[in-house]
Amino acid sequence: MKRRDFLKSVTGVAAGAMVPAPAIWSAAKADARSETLLIVSESGPNNLDIHGVGTNVPGYEVSWNCYDRLISHEMKSGPGGVPYYDRDKFKPELAEDMNVGDMSVTFKLKKNAKFHDGAPVTAKDVKWSLDRAVSVGGFPTFQMGAGSLTKTEQFVVVDDSTVRIDFAKKDRLTLPDLAVIVPCVVNSELVKKNASEKDPWGLEYTKQQTAGSGAYKVTKWTAGTEVIMERNDAWAGGPLPKVKRVIWRMVPQAGNRRALLERGDADISYDLPNKDFVELKDSGKLNIVSVPYSNGVQYIGMNVKIPPFDNPKVREAVACAIPYQKIMDAVLFGLAKPMFGAAADKATEVAWPQPTKYVTDIAKAKALLAEAGHPNGFETTLSFDLGFAGVNEPLCILVQESLAQIGIKTTINKIPGANWRTELNKKVLPLYTNVFSGWLDYPEYFFIWCYDGKNSIFNTMSYQSKAMDEYIHGAVDAAAIGNTAKYDTDVKGFVDLAFKDIPRIPLYQPYVNVAMQKNVSGYQYWFHRRLDYRTLVKA
Amino acid sequence: MLTMIGKRLMFAIPSLIGVVIVTFLLTRALPGDPAAYFAGPAASKEAIEQIRKKLGFDKPLIEQFFRYTNDLAHGDFGNSLTTGQPVATEIRNRLPASAELTLLGLVVSVMIAIPLGVLAATRPGSWIDHLCRITTTAGVSLPVFFTGLVLVYVFYFRLGWSPAPLGRLDVFYSAPPSVTGLYLIDALIARDLETFRSALSQLILPAATLAIFSLAPIARMTRASMLAVLASDFVRTARASGLSPSTVIVTYAFRNAMLPVITTLSMVFSFLLGANVLVEKVFAWPGIGSYAVEALISSDFAPVQGFVLTMAVMYVLLNLVIDILYGVIDPRVRLEG
Repeated sequence: MKRRDFLKSVTGVAAGAMVPAPAIWSAAKADARSETLLIVSESGPNNLDIHGVGTNVPGYEVSWNCYDRLISHEMKSGPGGVPYYDRDKFKPELAEDMNVGDMSVTFKLKKNAKFHDGAPVTAKDVKWSLDRAVSVGGFPTFQMGAGSLTKTEQFVVVDDSTVRIDFAKKDRLTLPDLAVIVPCVVNSELVKKNASEKDPWGLEYTKQQTAGSGAYKVTKWTAGTEVIMERNDAWAGGPLPKVKRVIWRMVPQAGNRRALLERGDADISYDLPNKDFVELKDSGKLNIVSVPYSNGVQYIGMNVKIPPFDNPKVREAVACAIPYQKIMDAVLFGLAKPMFGAAADKATEVAWPQPTKYVTDIAKAKALLAEAGHPNGFETTLSFDLGFAGVNEPLCILVQESLAQIGIKTTINKIPGANWRTELNKKVLPLYTNVFSGWLDYPEYFFIWCYDGKNSIFNTMSYQSKAMDEYIHGAVDAAAIGNTAKYDTDVKGFVDLAFKDIPRIPLYQPYVNVAMQKNVSGYQYWFHRRLDYRTLVKA
Repeated sequence: MLTMIGKRLMFAIPSLIGVVIVTFLLTRALPGDPAAYFAGPAASKEAIEQIRKKLGFDKPLIEQFFRYTNDLAHGDFGNSLTTGQPVATEIRNRLPASAELTLLGLVVSVMIAIPLGVLAATRPGSWIDHLCRITTTAGVSLPVFFTGLVLVYVFYFRLGWSPAPLGRLDVFYSAPPSVTGLYLIDALIARDLETFRSALSQLILPAATLAIFSLAPIARMTRASMLAVLASDFVRTARASGLSPSTVIVTYAFRNAMLPVITTLSMVFSFLLGANVLVEKVFAWPGIGSYAVEALISSDFAPVQGFVLTMAVMYVLLNLVIDILYGVIDPRVRLEG
């Protein structure tokens, strides 16, 4: 090649790259684009298998879409008309029939259900998978335990396509717990082939690839960069999804995620700051869906073992000094459901979450504090998780300002995300903000975690009360045998007590915010709050 | 020469051992408990203990250390918990991404900075000297993430000239068969001009961001060093002997002024490679800087150790290359030093 020609071609290439690069080059690529859904989010999975060690929340999304469970939930119309999973109605997924007996439930498997490699889904696979979930330890085992599913003996193979699950005890949460993400059915033969003595459940294998029967399968995964999923055309779990291919890219910068949406390059994003969502909503260029977290509350917690928060009057004073409305307006831009300021004469409902009757009343807070013997206030620290600094930081600054008005001087203590749970577990933080939400949407489930005397990690206040425990266990037992009257009294009992003793001050129910292009439809809200690709449609 | 290189590498061994020990201890001293972090949102104390056991963090520190060094000796850097992948693979995949970006940024920067510095030095006080001063001051005082965001805003969001800031390739392209790991070169080897073009257009904005940032040290150093050399006796002699100004500046002065510039270049390069985290974040670039920082945030030990170790090795090699270059540029400098 002559030097001159070479230089020409090089400048040509360089100039070509500078031209407003039309990303579509050929008809084939244009087709690919219309059949492909491009999702952008801040972080991606660290493991494709929810049974793995330390699988993160984005990993749950992969599991949900690439594996099937025996049963799933029906949809109903939720807040704002958004399809919302129906807690009480189940639909078969891998099972074609479910037969609930007194102390067991029997599932008949769909005959045509096949794993991605073509092997039929058998009762043996189901048993192996459930055995796996209760045996691997960590989160999956724990979640199974929440529905009283703890022993491998509970899962019985009746014949090739029939499985029976024996109840350890009567528990209303057993069936719903079979419809969460954890009890997914894994291709046991394939995984066993790739297991080793050190790793009998083949966790290393399923970490890198999906081995399920779900509607999608992962074809490429570059950790921290992208996940590519292709539709499984032989899916038997439901109607064939419309989207052929899902590309999920990690874009750490929130501003860029917004730019990608606004320019029409990305189809969906769901973890933008509230302010961006409000602005996108107002601009009207995109479809924005906001749904409150099911069974989730952001709160201010106080450790009742640490003076002066051991005094209920002090806690009430703090509850009266929280700038509730300011938080709603300035921190959340209205994208949350208030959990305060219920009318004084409003009766307690049999529901959770529900608003408290507290409002910002500085004079009353001052009086309460004086009554408690702290007329000049006191000093303490206010902690929050830096992992969610976007909301937590401004929230804590507003609370700090407001508490200063009644003489409580707070120092803000920012705790890095990696350290947050360790600190919570120590139960030494006097005052902090945090959020908790349960997959299973039952009031007693929330209270077992957060208020029960057995003091789980989420009872961050170290709150222990005999009366509370009686109400909670009363409700659990009543639900198991279907005693509605007793259940209702007990639920109202524990809600009232939680608001009277006020170890934690509910602030609001956060929203899940999803932004989509106008041509994308079919979003459904699920308890796990991640995307279900199976119902999404791109026009 | 070869024995010199061997000797230099031998000297590097104690410092590498030091790096291994220090990073091990430092990561263990980090606040945060990886077991609690990875046990998930609904973990009980028992669940956390189970995870801790699985990760081997329940063993005494000294045993963990021996296991770690033993793995290292077998080329195993351990597994990252945040990405779930072996650290060695991740670094091997991500290093070329950072290297490609940094190299291109540096090349652009050198192409602008060195002529600018030389011109500024030959005409002190002129408009070009002021231009040099202004660009370098501006370049170094604008934070990289800011420059990056402004470039994205203008060239992608407003004008639409640049492709979406989605990493190394447009979503619908697949990477060229890996030879060097540098997409530009790999695409050329595979004679895939479309991919080359896509990779290049993705590279332009982040490389420009880096170039703007790294202009300053290189231009300033070139100018200062040129000024010193131009004032020296041999340049005066050369001028007095009637050599043309261009011969004096290019052949005599510039070559002698190169040494400090090369040193600065090596520093800038190694600094950029690890420290362009912000650029990587802004452009969703799958490099090692963002990898290490994410690992640090979630107190994920293995990648942090792997990253520091890789950087240490790179430093050693880079310094070696620079020393050899010294010898080439200035025969007075010998490798003994």
